[in-house]
Amino acid sequence: MTQSIPVTNLDGDFKTRARHALDDAQLRNNFRTAMDGLMHKREQAFSDPQEREDLRDLGNRIRARALSQLPDLLDQLEQRLTANGVRVHWAETTEEANEIVHRLIEAQEGRQVVKGKSMVSEEMELNDYLAERDIECLESDLGEYTVQLDHEKPSHIIMPAIHKNARQVARLFQEKLGGELSDDIHELVGTGRQILRQKFMEADVGVSGVNFAVAETGTLVLVENEGNGRMSTTVPPVHIAVTGIEKVVANLRDVVPLLSLLTRSALGQPITTYINMISGPRKDDERDGPREVHLVLLDNGRSRAFADAQLRQTLNCIRCGACMNHCPVYTRVGGHTYGEVYPGPIGKILTPHLVGLDRVPDHPSASSLCGACGDVCPVKIPIPELLQRLREENVRHPEDSEAAVAGAGSRYSNREQLIWRGWQWLNTHPRIYRLFLWGVTRLRRLQPARLRPWTDYRSAPTPAARSLHEQARNHMRSKS
Amino acid sequence: MSARDGIMRRLRAGLEGSQPRPDEFDATLVTRTWRYDSTEARVERLTRLLEAVHTEVHRTTQGDWPQRLYEQLRTRGIPNLLFAPETPHGSQLSKAWEVNGSEIHLTPWDGPIEEWKETLFNDVSASLTGSVGGIAATGTLAIWPDRHEPRLMSLVPPLHIALLKASTIADNLYDLMQTQDWASGMPTNLLLVSGPSKTADIEQVLAYGAHGPKELITLILEDA
Repeated sequence: MTQSIPVTNLDGDFKTRARHALDDAQLRNNFRTAMDGLMHKREQAFSDPQEREDLRDLGNRIRARALSQLPDLLDQLEQRLTANGVRVHWAETTEEANEIVHRLIEAQEGRQVVKGKSMVSEEMELNDYLAERDIECLESDLGEYTVQLDHEKPSHIIMPAIHKNARQVARLFQEKLGGELSDDIHELVGTGRQILRQKFMEADVGVSGVNFAVAETGTLVLVENEGNGRMSTTVPPVHIAVTGIEKVVANLRDVVPLLSLLTRSALGQPITTYINMISGPRKDDERDGPREVHLVLLDNGRSRAFADAQLRQTLNCIRCGACMNHCPVYTRVGGHTYGEVYPGPIGKILTPHLVGLDRVPDHPSASSLCGACGDVCPVKIPIPELLQRLREENVRHPEDSEAAVAGAGSRYSNREQLIWRGWQWLNTHPRIYRLFLWGVTRLRRLQPARLRPWTDYRSAPTPAARSLHEQARNHMRSKS
Repeated sequence: MSARDGIMRRLRAGLEGSQPRPDEFDATLVTRTWRYDSTEARVERLTRLLEAVHTEVHRTTQGDWPQRLYEQLRTRGIPNLLFAPETPHGSQLSKAWEVNGSEIHLTPWDGPIEEWKETLFNDVSASLTGSVGGIAATGTLAIWPDRHEPRLMSLVPPLHIALLKASTIADNLYDLMQTQDWASGMPTNLLLVSGPSKTADIEQVLAYGAHGPKELITLILEDA
């Protein structure tokens, strides 16, 4: 298999990649600058804290309500879309989804595909799948296009090329596209525009994601600034939308607060340039628009996360990226360190359901649990709480049948279990506990200076000369 | 078992014993912050927000707009304008320009897109469309393409001009959607447009003219 994508430093595990990223001053600067900018813009867009909190609450209720009737809404969505002339397909796995998309393209004898930004298609690794079958699948979002040119993956779900600065993009464009070297951003955008408009015109099929799927009306809502989403879904004769099964909302009006939360949280904009609401293919008397519209609904582990009422909250996500913008870990290590499609806090709680927790066992603990992600989440996903839950899932006994996540228990260790059991025993036997405390305080000088990995970055914790209990007892005695 | 059945079975099993959550949609939360007293206030707010995203806004009237448009296009040296002759504004435009001896070529959208895709992409300099309403809160135009005024008219030409009747500007998206009862019959493609196409994908620097129009002009018809 000619896997063309994997990137710069996707080798090794999370910690190795994190170390690489931390040593890359340019990368850290690019992220720091970008995240500071995005945080500031969000803050300005929500100038009234009360309005913001009320809206977050409403957003949470709307998503929770949609999930509480998800199968019925999916039924309704399918019926409405079908009545509107859109064909609906279902896929359990990314492999199935790729096969469906490939079959639809083959039916057109399509060779050129343009794609609007879609994280689900990244999950599917659709570009590679189609490339191996001799079909060009070109990213049309400018950031995604840049990343694809460099055989990389996006490092942020909203700003895919945020890890590069203008100079780096300029050099890439010159190397891959020829022409003069210019790091003038407007010129770079102009170059992209020229190439991609030609591609929109030639494409046989357009692929896109979906931001919200409205069950009531059978409408696919796409949110964007560049117009590449509209181009991809309107110019080619066939449009294939791919999305996760959780993206459905009940009513058209539900989209109003979610849109406002999405664009303000993501970019600090009151609204994006285009809100593209697609409810059907070209009618017989219409003169443009695709003749066929397809929707591929992908599960890929979502229904398993759904089965657990706590983990289900992960599926509230509207993919704004605010959690990564505000994450002290993400800002320092960057998106590629996570090694998976969804980086940052949302990636840490979503990825285990998509690929299995055993493939990303470091994800739940790559967090200081500072809580910023949960505080800014527009639909109030309790991300820190879910991280802690996944930490527990990580150390379950591998044969525990109660495991809620695929691949749970990969960090189970007999030694750790034994230590905790010993600790429990010690703490529930007062005489032994007191003896232990006496020993630890009297023998504190014997504490080794190096306690790895703790002492790699911190000084060793020396026990106090007297325990708190002892000090309190002495204090009370001296008072009486 | 089909993929659909498998997914549905798991989802239904996950919900066993639970009730759907009640619909607690509170419309005041998406409207009360976004209220404006008068048409004038709505026009002002919409203008300010559109101008903030690189859009030119001109206030004009039902009778005058073809002339205003002509002046704008002449200033820019625009050689041709794509328009929809079957719409009321399209026919008004062609009549007005004919009387005044226009030097700008009026191009109608002729036949299905497949027949003239290259011309549309390469040769059309500007386009004129109507709109079904505006949104003061966000500085937005609602565009409802149909057989006369196809979807791509507001996307492919580098300059897009949209007409907006002042009386159709709503305070916010919720009001517009409710008063026009969108949910009871959506068109194949409904668009909210807030400025010309843009990107900030490189270093977060804002650049206009990403893939769609580089410029957007809005003509507000104050007496309509």
